[in-house]
Amino acid sequence: MPGPVQSIERAAAILRLLAQGSGRLGLSEIANSLGLARGTAHGILRTLQLVGFVEQDDATGKYQLGAALLHLGTSYLDVNELRSRAINWADALAARSGEAVRIGTHLQGKVLVVHHVFRPDDSLQTLDVGVLLPMHATAIGKVLLAYDANAAAAAQDSELEQFSRRTIRTPKELARALSGVREVGWAADVDEIAMGEAGVAAPIRGYGGLVVGAMGISGSADRICDAAGRPRGELVSYVRDAARAVSRDLGAARW
Amino acid sequence: MTERYVMSIDQGTTSTRCILFDHRGRLVSVTQREHKQHFPRPGWVEHDPMEIWRNLERIAPEALAQAGIGPGEVAAVGIANQRETTVLWDRRTGLPVTPAVVWQDTRTGDLVDELARRPDAHVVKDRCGLPLATYFAAPTVRWLLDHTPRLRERAERGEVLFGTMESWLIWNLTGGPDGGVHVTDVTNASRTLLMDLRALSWDPVLLDFFGVPRAMLPEIRPSSETYGTARRVLPGVRIAAALGDQQAALFGQTCFHRGEAKCTYGTGAFLLLNTGTEPVASTHGLLTTVGYQIGDQPAVYALEGSIAITGALVQWFRDRLGIISSAPEIETLARTVDDNGGCYIVPAFSGLFAPHWRSEARGVIVGLTSYITKGHLARAVLEATGWQTREVVDAMNADAGLTLTTLKVDGGMTSDNLLMQFIADVLDVPVVRPMVAETVSLGAAYAAGLAVGYWPDLEVLRGNWHRAGQWLPAMDPQRRESEYGNWRRAVERTLDWIKPPAG
Repeated sequence: MPGPVQSIERAAAILRLLAQGSGRLGLSEIANSLGLARGTAHGILRTLQLVGFVEQDDATGKYQLGAALLHLGTSYLDVNELRSRAINWADALAARSGEAVRIGTHLQGKVLVVHHVFRPDDSLQTLDVGVLLPMHATAIGKVLLAYDANAAAAAQDSELEQFSRRTIRTPKELARALSGVREVGWAADVDEIAMGEAGVAAPIRGYGGLVVGAMGISGSADRICDAAGRPRGELVSYVRDAARAVSRDLGAARW
Repeated sequence: MTERYVMSIDQGTTSTRCILFDHRGRLVSVTQREHKQHFPRPGWVEHDPMEIWRNLERIAPEALAQAGIGPGEVAAVGIANQRETTVLWDRRTGLPVTPAVVWQDTRTGDLVDELARRPDAHVVKDRCGLPLATYFAAPTVRWLLDHTPRLRERAERGEVLFGTMESWLIWNLTGGPDGGVHVTDVTNASRTLLMDLRALSWDPVLLDFFGVPRAMLPEIRPSSETYGTARRVLPGVRIAAALGDQQAALFGQTCFHRGEAKCTYGTGAFLLLNTGTEPVASTHGLLTTVGYQIGDQPAVYALEGSIAITGALVQWFRDRLGIISSAPEIETLARTVDDNGGCYIVPAFSGLFAPHWRSEARGVIVGLTSYITKGHLARAVLEATGWQTREVVDAMNADAGLTLTTLKVDGGMTSDNLLMQFIADVLDVPVVRPMVAETVSLGAAYAAGLAVGYWPDLEVLRGNWHRAGQWLPAMDPQRRESEYGNWRRAVERTLDWIKPPAG
């Protein structure tokens, strides 16, 4: 079994230190208290700052606990912030794919649509922002479930509503679908929310790979799928590229 | 046939960007570089023209490399630029003789007051359509001629050239001291205070009024026309368009018909309305300006309403009050309540701009009761942008004698759904967001591509424009009227705040 990770131990010590007393300390004070080199302490503080656990006062340069620590239990990325960071990539995805684009987050067992770009054909369409979609019958929902064990467990326990004869019916089927999503890194729905409708989605990740939302296209299965009824490869890569680009903007390093 | 592209250069106030677009108006590559803002004295704002030129020398090849193409695959390049910023340079050495004076610079305040007191000061508004103000180029040129030794003689002999940023870049691209083309376009020239708005030529009366020598001025050309061929940076590429950035956004939003308008929402907001081939003089505090001119076709004019504080109010809420930690959170906070709770914020931070023009006004928050929460304040912050837009649209409708039917929007604040819905509600017209957010760059690219036949006509460009989102008005008319009434009463309370110094 591997031993403890030294930098995480030190990060925990820094957080404990900041949680004591006045709660505001300079770099030297922190380094001296823990017997660390200034450079080492600074590197850890920079990382803690990046993830929001530590904040630095602009005027004094002193460090304190960050607001994100107080809200650990709630979603760390504001949905309006997510839209604002993703909007250019979502537009580009709609332009390249020719399909409508949606970005969704998890809200109480449903997909909350936080952003919607119209299909670029200037037909009459209405904004879906704020609409709730089923998790198990949409590509976006499957992505959100695949990377959220609690939500997946809740979905397994609840009744899976049937929207068409192709909708996922059983917890077992759902589990298999989700493990497939994790394997390939994207999800699809074909004839599952309604006959003739299809979608493709991929995860949007933040710092450390945490999935903060899903982004995908949806539209007529005739356009999205090939003759064999599978999503067309180039559309899948457009979706994955766009989701990766947003993830990189949000600070996800590897995706 | 190899795929060909059009390049746009957006020379903005804080950075320069190069974007390549394909035939369908889709973005292919983007490069960007910021330049330094210099504040040598209170109220002075300067840029280094050489730094901006060097940035272009770097990012233009980068944009080609990103797309994996050479200059041979670029059909044309178009330039959009920060408006009114003034560059003076030596024709022989190619070096600037002073730093570029940025449109935000207020060093000409006293000079403008002095000019405004002259009995013939009315010629300015009559002939160029703009009020005398510090941010236009003519007072700046006059100030530099007055304050730089021997500059006037050199300018009169044609040794020193004047231009806004597009002129500076075109001159350099086409060879600089070695045969550089010295031109500007009608939209940029219309912001100097020196151009006859109808004749589209330098006006001798205005040149005389400001004391600016004719010999230093560039030739005025249409916005969409080949000015020359680049000999540096993009060798062999035709330079085929130039537009001021807000006019470029109007073009990029394909507002080609009289009555079509766009609003760009950033720190401030700029609403431009296409008024057709006749300039419309404003009696409601708007600016009359050239929208664009394609080749030898008649120029298309626009009315412009600028709102000083829109996104800046959200930034104030974030940075000064610390109530939110990022700008988009304003929407999250505003959605915690159903309405403004009777609270209104009028952000007259440096006076009221269009259509009021009251410099002594200062901002107010009114309607405070113990019921008001930060959520209500956040609503009031967003609503302030909506009502300010409504005031400018009302002024435009009155001046132009027409009724706006749709507002095309762009800029960072368009990601705020609550705000976009509110704007649709208070204007009582649909608000539409296009799929390409980079409307400034797209406009410059469109104008350049049109000039060289990359795109055949305006209809094809219209076909490239796609709706990415639309908000339809849904507010009860009675409520709209009563809220507007409240807003106007709030505006009244900002007036007469700054008192003239005693004595």
